[in-house]
Amino acid sequence: MTMNVLLFMVSCILTHNFIFSRFLGCCPFLGVSSKVETSVSMGLAVTFVMTIASLFCWLIYHLLLVPLDITYMSTISFILVIAALVQFVEMFLKKSSPTLYSALGIYLPLITTNCAVLGVATLNMNEGYGLLQAVLNGTFSALGFLLAIVLMAGVRERLETSHIPACMKGFPITLVSAGLMAVAFMGFQGLVP
Amino acid sequence: MSEKKSLGKVFYNGIIPENPTFRLVLGTCPTLAVTTSALNGLGMGAAATFVLVCSNIAISLLRKFIPDQVRIPAFIVVICTFVTMVQLLMQAFVPSLYESLGIFIPLIVVNCIILARAEAFASKNAPLASAADGLGMGVGFTLALTLMGSIRELIGSGSVFGLSVLGESYEPMILIVLASGGFLTFGLLLGVFNLIVKKIEKKKALKEVQAA
Repeated sequence: MTMNVLLFMVSCILTHNFIFSRFLGCCPFLGVSSKVETSVSMGLAVTFVMTIASLFCWLIYHLLLVPLDITYMSTISFILVIAALVQFVEMFLKKSSPTLYSALGIYLPLITTNCAVLGVATLNMNEGYGLLQAVLNGTFSALGFLLAIVLMAGVRERLETSHIPACMKGFPITLVSAGLMAVAFMGFQGLVP
Repeated sequence: MSEKKSLGKVFYNGIIPENPTFRLVLGTCPTLAVTTSALNGLGMGAAATFVLVCSNIAISLLRKFIPDQVRIPAFIVVICTFVTMVQLLMQAFVPSLYESLGIFIPLIVVNCIILARAEAFASKNAPLASAADGLGMGVGFTLALTLMGSIRELIGSGSVFGLSVLGESYEPMILIVLASGGFLTFGLLLGVFNLIVKKIEKKKALKEVQAA
């Protein structure tokens, strides 16, 4: 059991990394990765929301959509659940933990349109995961996202001071570095049988 | 006449001056993920174009009824409706494309291009202009995706649209159709695009100087 969870974790974080192998959540990955500090906040906010979203979307899908035989409504109900959830988390954090709230700041509302969140909910549905596995998938995949965005921020802080051809400045060089990082992540492929 | 001209301009705007992929760098996830072949890029572009045009028209028609405070959720529900339609249509008529695009069809909902156009254009303009804007942006997105898909398919498997181009002796560079190739191709293409835009601007400036 523990071995399985461990393997699943390695698979979610390293071999099936959301950014480098599934291409989910690229917009915040490229948009919010210019500083290490902000990227950590963003990663934590995403982890938080993805874990809860996995839980609630699983419950909605299996307790509401499947019994009523309206599974074609999954996308629309998932996105509404996620939007409501993000709003709720924002209000809850504002009341209960102002420090965390101010740390996450503007990144919280942005998460609604982060495709990683809707992506993980849809993946859980398509793969037919159980409740525990779905929640673990949410958490571990989000940790993979956190790892990727923090690594990228580190690289970009270095890139700022280095000499780059004018036409490659900004997005192009960031994308090329991300490509090279993806090559490095391919090295983990053999870890999970 | 002037109405028609401005519609044409709105349409053209999305293809080159504000190309969503190369100029605005929006909707990067599908751009990177589905462009493993030219056909996938074209299919994704067509699906997104359909959603863009329909949602732009619907939102533009509803723009006077949607209260300002809840406009984003309202937009998302409208977009989501069309995405679900596309999903069901594709599942029924082009199952092989549906299989290969997979999770990225429902994810059109969170494609920033669509929400951005709803917010920036459709919520402020008449239905006809919004349709032109949606079509222009959609075609621009489709062209970009097809271009990237063709390049990756050519290098990664030696063919374009499934037709062998480079012949049997070509050793395919599989890296380009894998995940990392998406980032590399997109980054280099963006660089080339920037270079071309800079050259054109330089020429324009030079001409203006000479004219003056």
